[in-house]
Amino acid sequence: MAAAARAKQCGAGRVILMDRDRELGGILNQCIHNGFGLQLLSQELTGPEYAEHFISEARDAGVETMLDTMVLEVTQSKQIVAVNRDEGLMRIDAKAIVLAMGARERNRGGVIIPGMRPAGVFTAGAAQRFVNMEGYMPGKRIVVLGSGDIGLIMARRLTWEGAKVEAVLEILPFPSGLTRNIVQCLNDQGIPLYLSHTVVDIHGEERVRGVTVARVDSNLRPIPGTEWDIECDTLLLSVGLIPENELTQDVGGELDHVTGGPVVTDEMETSTPGIFACGNVVHIHDLVDNVTREAWTAGEGAARLVAGQQPGGDTVRTRAGDGIRYVVPHVLHLDNLASRDVRLFMRATRPAERVQVEAVVGGEVVFSKFERVVRPAEMVMLTIPAGKVSPGKMGPGKAGPNRAGLNTVSPNCADGGPQPELVVRITPRDRDSAAEGGEKA
Amino acid sequence: MSRETSELTCIVCPVGCRLRATVEDGQLVDVQGNSCKRGAAYALDELCAPKRTVTSTVRVEGGFLPLVPVRTRDPIPKDKIAQVLLDIAKIRMDAPIRIHQVVAADVAGTGIDVIASRSMSRVNAPRAE
Repeated sequence: MAAAARAKQCGAGRVILMDRDRELGGILNQCIHNGFGLQLLSQELTGPEYAEHFISEARDAGVETMLDTMVLEVTQSKQIVAVNRDEGLMRIDAKAIVLAMGARERNRGGVIIPGMRPAGVFTAGAAQRFVNMEGYMPGKRIVVLGSGDIGLIMARRLTWEGAKVEAVLEILPFPSGLTRNIVQCLNDQGIPLYLSHTVVDIHGEERVRGVTVARVDSNLRPIPGTEWDIECDTLLLSVGLIPENELTQDVGGELDHVTGGPVVTDEMETSTPGIFACGNVVHIHDLVDNVTREAWTAGEGAARLVAGQQPGGDTVRTRAGDGIRYVVPHVLHLDNLASRDVRLFMRATRPAERVQVEAVVGGEVVFSKFERVVRPAEMVMLTIPAGKVSPGKMGPGKAGPNRAGLNTVSPNCADGGPQPELVVRITPRDRDSAAEGGEKA
Repeated sequence: MSRETSELTCIVCPVGCRLRATVEDGQLVDVQGNSCKRGAAYALDELCAPKRTVTSTVRVEGGFLPLVPVRTRDPIPKDKIAQVLLDIAKIRMDAPIRIHQVVAADVAGTGIDVIASRSMSRVNAPRAE
């Protein structure tokens, strides 16, 4: 919605928003908890309110919407094949396409839990839809596997609706949800969180009767002898989201195997020219505000492409260095780095305190910021101010005009070829001066 | 005289700043680690009079969905949450509903209203299941 509105506001002629649901807003409509929009709208809204804000914005901007419409295929030549009840099968030739399909939940098959296959095993998001939009409770005694945000939010929600949440189990030694959700969803409700624990068996034939849980070792393998049983009628899974990229894969663009989403430029353009992507399709976010920021970039990028104003010239590839699991976007235009602030989103590999997040080009730290705490669950944003990276800083011979693949994101550049790199890394604060100048990858 | 220093996580927004706050006789004398002024206010509230925004749902007749999401307009005292939830559970509404329409005024004697978190159009035909 934000991408569509922004594209229209930036002068794109005709913008169509296609959604397979019967109303706009997607998953926001079932996220009835508060905490949305604090950064961008300076208000603490619930999901539906946040959605309604952007539905109005899209409508006011003149975006056309097609609901109950399933996009079946997107082609390299930017043709969309879609179907709905009113129009039947449609083929639409677009000048630019923004993919914003979001993510799907990892399910029981995705984490391979042994045991029986009774009723009562749900993903946290499915339970959220039942409780918040359909008016059904999934069960009365609940165990949550995984400490993802939806699972934490649902632990509180189900408690507030009268269920007993027996435990939340997290296989990793640290929570995967936001700290604020640990505080207000678990600690406030007195729900125990067991780190380094997992479900090793599910009991029950017709309906879940209980689960066996165990402590895991540093290789995440259950430790024999540490098992115990928890009686419950429902197991909720909050074990991660997977970017929804079937359409992206059909187009044949380059994917990032860490994020599970497409490789994108700082315009949020995928490696297929004219096809953009934003939000959880690209990488899993924890804050909706960042999804919207990305969507604005994608909308602007799409409008610029249509207007023939795309940045040309050399590009630099980003790479995750020490302490960073991934960084998005993957490709930055030097023109953009010179003329506007460029925002990088990244996740830390492990929790750390008092660190510098550094952007390094050719061994030189071009920009850095201090973070008191970084956690894998909480995305880190580094905004490189305009002009911090200029062609001169790329080092001799690194950003020459003769480099192959000018202007395009070539999959061949993925593995460190001749393309210059911007490495993002995390270094402890006190080693600040010692670490400077030495690129460690 | 009671002077107490606590470590707490600010939950005003999803950033989750880690605060170290010192309270003396119901007054905040020091707070560190907050990245905005809301953090200081949160620390004082959390240590002296903790509050939470409550979100839930209310049954709707004739709506696009059988439920409408609702929330307290402002955070309410933490010890009132159970009563607020019980009061919200008793409410029945008729569609259409406007976003931010008052669902229950002065819920559970908190002085704070419960408001609708979304608009909900009226659907006359029974909802397709």
